[in-house]
Amino acid sequence: MTIVTVENVWKSYGNQIVLEKISFETAPKSFISLVGPSGCGKSTFLKMLLGDEAPTKGRILIDGTPLVAEPSPDRGVVFQKYSVFPHLTALQNVMLGLELGAAPCLGRLFGRKRREARDISRHMLQCVGLEAAEGKYPAELSGGMQQRLAIAQALVKKPKLLLLDEPFGALDPGIRAGVHEILLSLWHETGMTVFMVTHDLSEAFKLGTRVIAFDRRRTRPEEMEAFGATITFDLPVVRPSNPQPKAEAGQSPAAAPKMAAAR
Amino acid sequence: MRRFINRHPDTLSRLLLAALPFLLVFIAYAIASEARLAVNPDDKILPGWSTIEAAIQRMAFLPDLRTGDYLLLTDTMASLGRLAIGVAIATVIGGIVGILQGLIPFFRAMLANFTSVVAMIPPLAVLPILFIAFGLGEASKIVLIVVGIVPYIIRDLALRTEEIPHEEIIKAQTLGASTWQIILRIVVPQMMPRLIDSVRLSLGAAWLYLIAAEAIAAESGLGYRIFLMRRYLAMDVILPYVVWITFLAFSLDFILRVVQRIAFRWMYRGQS
Repeated sequence: MTIVTVENVWKSYGNQIVLEKISFETAPKSFISLVGPSGCGKSTFLKMLLGDEAPTKGRILIDGTPLVAEPSPDRGVVFQKYSVFPHLTALQNVMLGLELGAAPCLGRLFGRKRREARDISRHMLQCVGLEAAEGKYPAELSGGMQQRLAIAQALVKKPKLLLLDEPFGALDPGIRAGVHEILLSLWHETGMTVFMVTHDLSEAFKLGTRVIAFDRRRTRPEEMEAFGATITFDLPVVRPSNPQPKAEAGQSPAAAPKMAAAR
Repeated sequence: MRRFINRHPDTLSRLLLAALPFLLVFIAYAIASEARLAVNPDDKILPGWSTIEAAIQRMAFLPDLRTGDYLLLTDTMASLGRLAIGVAIATVIGGIVGILQGLIPFFRAMLANFTSVVAMIPPLAVLPILFIAFGLGEASKIVLIVVGIVPYIIRDLALRTEEIPHEEIIKAQTLGASTWQIILRIVVPQMMPRLIDSVRLSLGAAWLYLIAAEAIAAESGLGYRIFLMRRYLAMDVILPYVVWITFLAFSLDFILRVVQRIAFRWMYRGQS
């Protein structure tokens, strides 16, 4: 069970402040949707969780330990594009994580260990419904299949955190719904914490247990540089299958209709 | 009537059109040769087919009177040997340095400017230095080929390496990859086909430097023979040699293309 604590995080590039005063803590097994307009810094925030970027001020803790400042196997990631390796088949893509962990020199396994890794990977592919495509290269898979493969590839390392950067942005609505189901069932099984950046509000509320919105409070041109985006809404999502909203909300739940209206 | 740009030749016309420029060159040569020979039957500049045929017979299929070698064969072996060694060394150096320069910030900081500057040195200007440093034997010719094409391969491969999406490198790290494992499992496998492309494009330059080095100091080789024959205005030997060199260069390019298609099928999957 993972708890992520964000303590007064700021991010700036030169004089341009992108994010300011971001603080929150997640309950164990949260599915957090990060929403906000383009350029509000939600992807930057995800990069900081990932370790690809460091906060300018403040810190992020996972279970009380400060985040390692580079990407590591306890944080899986799925990007909108380029999440899988084009030169490996679907099965090889999933096996890669196991091979890299177990074979520091060659990054490849042989014999019995290889067969074990293959069986685990096949099971992962089954979980995302790709068992029939294990021999195919990513270029031969549809967009939805590629994203399912990317999820399987990330989850084979059993990460504490799964970070999703607009993972379904390029998918057709029908295919998107299918991938949502798969993602939710894997999330229920593993109990990991998920952060998902999206600009689809209905997706954010459908999947998340909590929706956090980033936006700039000051938008006059002369203020754009000195003031970054911060958390403007922080809403628990109450639904029958998810009965523990607790006191997560920073804003009153009454803000929810306002958010929906903002679409 | 559709616009010209929207009309496509069918298979037969395509073949005929492809053959046409070659045919025109041959016809032009035949007419010019005929005209010159009509004026002076001993003309050596544009020899007739029969003279060329006799020269080919002499160079390729009859042992040389002095050495007993088949000259075309020994020349070809000598040249291809130099070319193969030079290109192989350049490929290995270019592959390693190019990937390091393209992938790892510390190597890029150290090497990027240096390779850009070195790439601007005209290799033929360095040839005298190579002859002085490595002697007139095989070494200087091979080094010239290496010096000539390695900067291009390094820079091309470094650019291709930088084009690998940043997401892939991050993703590999979230799967637990070390720097070495990223190189071994992610970058090298994706760069191998690019390296072959890079080598294909540098083959023309490699031939240029090979012929140049052989022209200046050698005892065998295709370039050596052509420049030797120049002294006797022996166009009947030079022309078939040029055609032969072109054929060899084209074949090497073709072989590399086929090898790439077969060995790196993932690149061509999913393309319709």
